[in-house]
Amino acid sequence: MADLDTQEIAQAVAEAHSTEWASVLAATARVAADLDLAEDCVQDAYAKALVHWREQGVPRKPGAWLTTVATRRALELRRRADVARRKLPLLVPVEDVPDGTFPDDRLRLVFTCCHPALAQEAQVALTLRLVCGLSSAEIARAFLVKEATMQARITRAKQKISRTGIPYRIPRADELPERIEAVLDVVHLVYTAGHTAVDGDGLSRPDLARRGIDLARMMRMLLPDSAETAGLLALLLLTQAREASRVEAGRLVLMEDQDRSRWDQGLIAEGLELVPEALAGRPDVGATVGRFAVMAAIAAVHAEAGRWEDTDWGEILGLYDVLLARWPSPVVALNRVVALSYVAGPDAALRQLPDDPALATYPYLASTRAELLWRTGRTEEARAAYEEALAFTSNPVEAEFLQRRITRGA
Amino acid sequence: MGKYLVMIYDDEAKWAADDGSVMEQNHKNHQAFAEANGSAIRGGGQLDGSETATSIRADGNGGYVVTDGVFAETKEVMGGYYIIEAADLDEALAIAKQVPSPTGGVEVRPLVNGG
Repeated sequence: MADLDTQEIAQAVAEAHSTEWASVLAATARVAADLDLAEDCVQDAYAKALVHWREQGVPRKPGAWLTTVATRRALELRRRADVARRKLPLLVPVEDVPDGTFPDDRLRLVFTCCHPALAQEAQVALTLRLVCGLSSAEIARAFLVKEATMQARITRAKQKISRTGIPYRIPRADELPERIEAVLDVVHLVYTAGHTAVDGDGLSRPDLARRGIDLARMMRMLLPDSAETAGLLALLLLTQAREASRVEAGRLVLMEDQDRSRWDQGLIAEGLELVPEALAGRPDVGATVGRFAVMAAIAAVHAEAGRWEDTDWGEILGLYDVLLARWPSPVVALNRVVALSYVAGPDAALRQLPDDPALATYPYLASTRAELLWRTGRTEEARAAYEEALAFTSNPVEAEFLQRRITRGA
Repeated sequence: MGKYLVMIYDDEAKWAADDGSVMEQNHKNHQAFAEANGSAIRGGGQLDGSETATSIRADGNGGYVVTDGVFAETKEVMGGYYIIEAADLDEALAIAKQVPSPTGGVEVRPLVNGG
């Protein structure tokens, strides 16, 4: 029985770790006025939970219990003179915290982690560490760098926060749209790093993808008026809905050949509901239609097509035209050409393939050219292009796919 | 509150090509900046051209090597600075964004221990 109890408690603590970490740390950081100190106190609170919850049962509000324990310890440590001297004053001044009630400080935490004065890779690492509660080792594994490298990156970022005085607060209204964009870019990066792992064994690292969606849901909850936040959540949900059908028996399946009955209708419904709001924009936050909203709209057109043949390519091409006009990039230009090939034919698309040095070693340029050549019947040229794409990919699942394309019809 | 050094970097080649009108406008812009942010400005000044720079490095044997020129060769060189006081980096950046730097940009660095 005792073992079962231990297991149940460990599970309750793990659950509280994944759902409450950000709130607990955010509230503690305000009291600790120091991110390192706050982290130590929160980790200590989770360790105490393992012991106390077994003796006294799991509290009714685990998050409030953890926050109380962590903030109390932070206050206690702050009172010690050596701690006060060791650390630079950093975050907001300590405020009186009425017993048991804590303001939701998660937005402060997110905006601090995603401050534009930090390098973007540092923003990503800090967000995973401080908002998601991942260890440096876990983040290092996810991004295929050495743990020491990741640890140094996180330490440097925390030092920049304290030494330059990056504030622990929600940005002013006039800075907000730009700052929200920075946060959403980080969340998008976390998701895409999980969705299409460049290396590694599989096509995706589901944990990072899940963290990305969790972060997007959290941002949506905290910023209900931000249209672009709705757009990003919609984009991630509609992309994730297709996840189960992307790989079958270790093999990459193109959207054209995916078994649409395996698409997650729950995620699709949730995503589709957000799209109109995302596209409408909200004048009160000074935002017009955002990039993620347009990308979500493209994903929505795919989600709404019962079969590949039913895809409304005219609509998709129009949305890519919007993307390309407002946020030009060689990758967007390439995706637009794919849409064009289904509206105007592969010959027309081949003539508009982007000729950008930035894409010289981008495997999707060669593989797109290969697909278009194949569709026009130029099979030998298509094979050569597939070979080229193969040389540039480092993902084994994609490599296997390209290999099959090369031998197709031979 | 802390103090921040705002270093103004400009492309001297572009200044050399100026007939004087850009310089004149720039002076007016700095006056306007100083008037708008007077309460935060703790100091500042314009530097003479980089051709007037002299660099000194310790030679490792207790002596010095004095050379003509700037410490590090870059396209944009520091041409002026402000010291500002701000509540935090966001406030410092909001002020620094207003600093005129028509041919380059600015770098913002905190002074250690709040200056």
